[in-house]
Amino acid sequence: MTATDVQATGVPRTRPATPSRPKRRREGAAWVFLSPWVLGATVLTLLPMAVSLYLSFTDYDLFNPPHWVGLRNYTQMFTEDPRYWRSVVATLTYVVIAVPLQLALALVVALVLKSVRRAKGFYRSAFYAPSLLGASMSIALVWRAIFNDGGTVDHLLGTGGWVTRPGWALLAVALLTVWQFGAPMVIFLAGLQQIPGELYEAAEVDGASRWRQFLSITVPMLSPVIFFNLVLQTIQSFQVFTPAFAVSAGKGGPADSTLFYTLYLYDRGFVASHMGYASAMAWVLLLVIGAVTAVLFRTSRSWVFYASDTDGGAR
Amino acid sequence: MSTTASALRKPVAWRRVALHAGCVAALLVMLYPLAWLLATSLKPANEVIASLNLLPSHFEWSNYKTAFDGVNDVSVWRLLGNSLLIAGGAVLGNVISCSLAAYAFARLRFRFRGPLFAFMIATIMLPHHAVLIPQYIIFNKLGMVNTYWPLILPKFLATEAFFVFLIVQFMRGLPRELEEAARIDGCGPFRSFFLVILPLTRPALITTAIFTFIWTWNDFFTQLIYLFSPEKFTLTLALRSFVDASSTSAFGPMFAMSVIALLPIVLFFLAFQRFLVEGMASSGLKG
Repeated sequence: MTATDVQATGVPRTRPATPSRPKRRREGAAWVFLSPWVLGATVLTLLPMAVSLYLSFTDYDLFNPPHWVGLRNYTQMFTEDPRYWRSVVATLTYVVIAVPLQLALALVVALVLKSVRRAKGFYRSAFYAPSLLGASMSIALVWRAIFNDGGTVDHLLGTGGWVTRPGWALLAVALLTVWQFGAPMVIFLAGLQQIPGELYEAAEVDGASRWRQFLSITVPMLSPVIFFNLVLQTIQSFQVFTPAFAVSAGKGGPADSTLFYTLYLYDRGFVASHMGYASAMAWVLLLVIGAVTAVLFRTSRSWVFYASDTDGGAR
Repeated sequence: MSTTASALRKPVAWRRVALHAGCVAALLVMLYPLAWLLATSLKPANEVIASLNLLPSHFEWSNYKTAFDGVNDVSVWRLLGNSLLIAGGAVLGNVISCSLAAYAFARLRFRFRGPLFAFMIATIMLPHHAVLIPQYIIFNKLGMVNTYWPLILPKFLATEAFFVFLIVQFMRGLPRELEEAARIDGCGPFRSFFLVILPLTRPALITTAIFTFIWTWNDFFTQLIYLFSPEKFTLTLALRSFVDASSTSAFGPMFAMSVIALLPIVLFFLAFQRFLVEGMASSGLKG
């Protein structure tokens, strides 16, 4: 959706050699409307990006002037810092577990709700509620208690406290994310409602099974929405912070198993005052997210189906 | 339209009952953590962990009394006020600055419109951490660390591109004839924005306002970095004090406080759920 939009407005417009007076005035008006955004984009986005790139090649503690160290932050990160790699592994594991599970659940519930006729609005809102509440510190604390030693999960499953066991703590955090499947679900539901019913009727006449209909109609017709959810959810998951902070009391434990990338970045930058190192971490994150998004966009060509490619993201 | 397919299949009555039973069962599991939170906030200290019963043997209202006394000698009212001030400022900032920028992108012609729009979209995907440290340095140099400015000021500069995009999409759906008519009546771009377009954009502005409120209210990371005096804490940040010390005796008051911190979101949700869910569906905003 996003990509086509950019294309739709990216078309260069041919303009007359000398704009007439009212036209120039309108152009001036545009810049007045745009001025807060231009200021923000320059001072709070572009300039900080350049500065953080510069800082990533320095030693900087916020009090003394930055000291140029070349690539040392990067080499240290990749070759001498086992905690860095543990944070990478924790984050990737989390993304790989949480994102597909959450999207799959969202799709299943959306499909079920599509065929529900009564109380649909109620279900939709109720399943959506955790998506809003779950991002809070309050719920993260509830999660820690439920998955702690002697908590509900321990009582029911006898597995001990998940958040105190390496290998299980990450799963508890991932479940908190999966629990918030309501947001992608609502988007799926909106997408499902756009699929013309005649397609299913025709398939029915041809004797296609429900599974066949799902694979041949629902999935292709829904693929732009699946893609949209996948990209957004992946980008967000790389940046998860609050639940890991709450579950591990800000330490990323047990045994660094919930030391997510952003938690370690916070630790290096704001606890240990290694702003240069944290900046280098931020740039690697930026590049990884950029690369993952690019790969998703590239592979999407083979499986995302747009009903009309000329209609540039009207919605 | 969506029901045509299922109507063809004529589901028998028991299937529909099973469907609802399944949905309700799933909801009970999903809403359990919320019920647990509410129940635990009213439990006496010795029952918090000891029993699986959701209901306490008696309601321990003193948990709320303790919670209202606050954390670090700062009362809950103060914390609540701080949270409201930040969230309110953010809502005002986002609604004003994002609608201004959106109008320019959606309706006006200017040089570099295409590339600038593409850049704006790209910043949606930009991880916050790439700009975090320099932003912190800037606010530090301006003497604004440990004030609310770093939390509110950026919202007045349309830094949350997602909302700009949301409003752009909405404005594109409005008929162009409206502005043409306004222009014939002698309105310049400013008057047609304020008198014609802005009132019609209300649904998108409400969605922006609601999501800004909830996101800002729930935000933890930014507040954690910029605020360190207890009297400037928000409710979310005050809960942090409980993160480190987790003795069971403090459980009741801690979750009473959690309930207080969640209450505004729940109220917002109940009041605006239609806007929330529709706004989400049409824009792809996350919770």
